Amino acid sequence: MLEGVCAAYGESQVLYDIHLHIESGEAVTLLGRNGVGKTTLLRTIVGLHPASRGKVCFDNEEISKLPAYERVRKGIGYVPQGRGIFPHLTVEENLRMGLAALGGRGKSARHSVPDHVYELFPALRQMRRRKGGVLSGGEQQQLAIGRALVTRPKLLILDEPTEGIQPSIVQQIEQAINDIRAELRIAVLLVEQYLDFAWAIADRFYVMRAGRVVDQGKTKGRDAETVAHLLKV
Amino acid sequence: MGESAVIAGQVFNGISVASILLLAALGLALSFGLMDVINMAHGEMLMVGGYLSYLTCKFVHGPFAFLFALVVAFVGACVLGALVEVSVVRSLYGRPLDTLLATWGVSLILQQGARSIFGAIGDEVTAPQWLNGSIALHHGFLSGVNLPYVRIFIILLAAVVLVGVAVFIARSRWGMLLRAVHQDREMAEALGVNTRMVDLVVFALGTGVAGLAGSALALIAPVTPTVGQSYIVYAFLVVIVGGLGSVLGITLAALLIGLFSAGAQIFTSVSLADVFLLLMVVAFIQFRPKGIIVRRSRAIEET
Ligand SMILES: Nc1ncnc2c1ncn2[C@@H]1O[C@H](COP(=O)(O)OP(=O)(O)O)[C@@H](O)[C@H]1O
Ligand SMILES: [Mg+2]
Repeated sequence: MLEGVCAAYGESQVLYDIHLHIESGEAVTLLGRNGVGKTTLLRTIVGLHPASRGKVCFDNEEISKLPAYERVRKGIGYVPQGRGIFPHLTVEENLRMGLAALGGRGKSARHSVPDHVYELFPALRQMRRRKGGVLSGGEQQQLAIGRALVTRPKLLILDEPTEGIQPSIVQQIEQAINDIRAELRIAVLLVEQYLDFAWAIADRFYVMRAGRVVDQGKTKGRDAETVAHLLKV
Repeated sequence: MGESAVIAGQVFNGISVASILLLAALGLALSFGLMDVINMAHGEMLMVGGYLSYLTCKFVHGPFAFLFALVVAFVGACVLGALVEVSVVRSLYGRPLDTLLATWGVSLILQQGARSIFGAIGDEVTAPQWLNGSIALHHGFLSGVNLPYVRIFIILLAAVVLVGVAVFIARSRWGMLLRAVHQDREMAEALGVNTRMVDLVVFALGTGVAGLAGSALALIAPVTPTVGQSYIVYAFLVVIVGGLGSVLGITLAALLIGLFSAGAQIFTSVSLADVFLLLMVVAFIQFRPKGIIVRRSRAIEET
C-alpha cells in the first residue's frame, strides 16, 4: 500500500522510505514512541500532508496525486489523534459530516445517519442533539469512530484512540472495533502506544523509530513484551 | 414638524441605510470568516447589482419588473463573484496580502469597465408604481414623519435575506458543511468534503447578497461606477465592529453604524458625521480589541 514514502516538514525530513502493506480486511498496528512520525505517516496516507517521495496506493490504484477529500471518498475512514470533533456541531451533525465521503451520491443516504452507527455505539443516540464540544473524551472518541464508519469504508485509520481515555471506554472501543471487523471485514490501520489494546485487535504490527520502519511481524505467537523493549529508547 | 419627528425620521432613515449596509457586509463577513480572504472588489458587486437592476428595468416592463431585477442582480453578482473566486482568490490562497492587492485590481477594472459602458454619470432605477408613496403619520408626537414605501421595502428585503441566510447556515446541508469547514477545515477535508467547493459557494453567495444590496441601493440613489466605494468602507466598519463570522453581530453593528451616522447628521454635516463615526469605531476597537479574535470561538455557528 505504501511504497517508499518520504515526507518532511519544510527542511526537516520526518519519514524515510516507508513501505507498509495492508491486505483487505486485515488489521495492522503501527507502533512507536512519541515523535517518530506515526501521525505524519497517517496524514500522508489520507492526503493531509504531501509525500515528498514515494507512492500511496489504495485498491491497486495510486492515490498520491489526489486531494484528501477524493482519497477518503474511495473508502477510507480517518480518526485523527485528538479526535477531530466539530465542537459546535451536534453529535448528529458530526455523524452526518461522515456522509460527505459519499460525495453527494445516494439521495436518501445524504441526510440521515445509518442505524449501524447507533447500534455500534448506543450512547451516541441519546446524545445526538448535544454539541460535540461538550462530550467527554471517551464519548468524543466513540463519535469520531462512528463518524468514520458512517459510509462503511474499506479501511479504518485510527490514531491513538485510547489516548487519555478511561479503561471502561477503552474496553467498549476494543469491542466495537472487533465487532465491526467481524461484520464488515474492514481493514484497520491502528497507531497505538497501548500494546495490549493493539494486540487485541491487530493481526500484524510494524514498529517505527525515527521515521523508519525497524521491525514488523505477526502479532500471533509474538509476545508483546519483546516488542515493548523496541519502543524504549 | 416637531423635534421628535425629525429624530424619528432620521432613525427610520438610519435603519434603511443599515439594511443596505447589512446586505453589503454579510458577504464580506462570510468570506473573511471562512477563508480569511478580504475581497476588495466586494463593493463593486453592489455596483454590478445596481447596473444589472438598471438594465433589467430598462428592458423589462410591468409592475413586477423590479422583483425580476432583484433576481438578475443576485444571480449576476453570484456568477461574477464565482469567476473572481476561481480566477483570482483561489490561486492566491493563504496569501492574504496578495489577495488584497489582486482583488483591489479587480475592483479598479470593474469600475473602469462600468465607466466605459455606462459613463460616469449615474443611472437611476425608477421605483415601480407600487413603491411610490409613503406612510405619513399625523397623530401623536410623531406627527409629520414620512415613511416612504421604498425604504420600508428595503428594510423588509434585508430582513428576508438575513433570515434566509441564517436559516441556510443553520439548517441546510451546505450550511452544515460551511460551519464544519469554518470550525476545522482539515477534518472536513479528511471526511470527504471538497472544501474549495464550499469556499466557492460561500463566496458567490456573499457577492450575490451584495448584488441585492446594489439593487436596493438603486431604488434610492443613482448607480455610478464608484457607488461601491462609498458603501464598502462602511461595510468594512460593520464587519470590524460586528465580529467576523457572526450574523447576529454584524446585524447589530449595521444598525449601530446606520443609526449613528444618520443620528449624527441631525447635528452636523455629512462629512463631520463620518469623522464621528470613525472616532466611534476607533473607540470601540479600544474597548473591545478582541473584536477580531473572538470570531474563532463565537463563530458562524452561533449566528
Ligand atoms: N506541524 C509540524 N511542523 C513541524 N514539525 C512537525 C509537525 N508535526 C510534527 N512534527 C515533527 O515531526 C516528527 C513526527 O511527528 P508525529 O508524526 O506527530 O509523531 P508521532 O505521531 O509518532 O508522535 C516530530 O519530530 C515532530 O516534532
Ligand atoms: Mg502522533
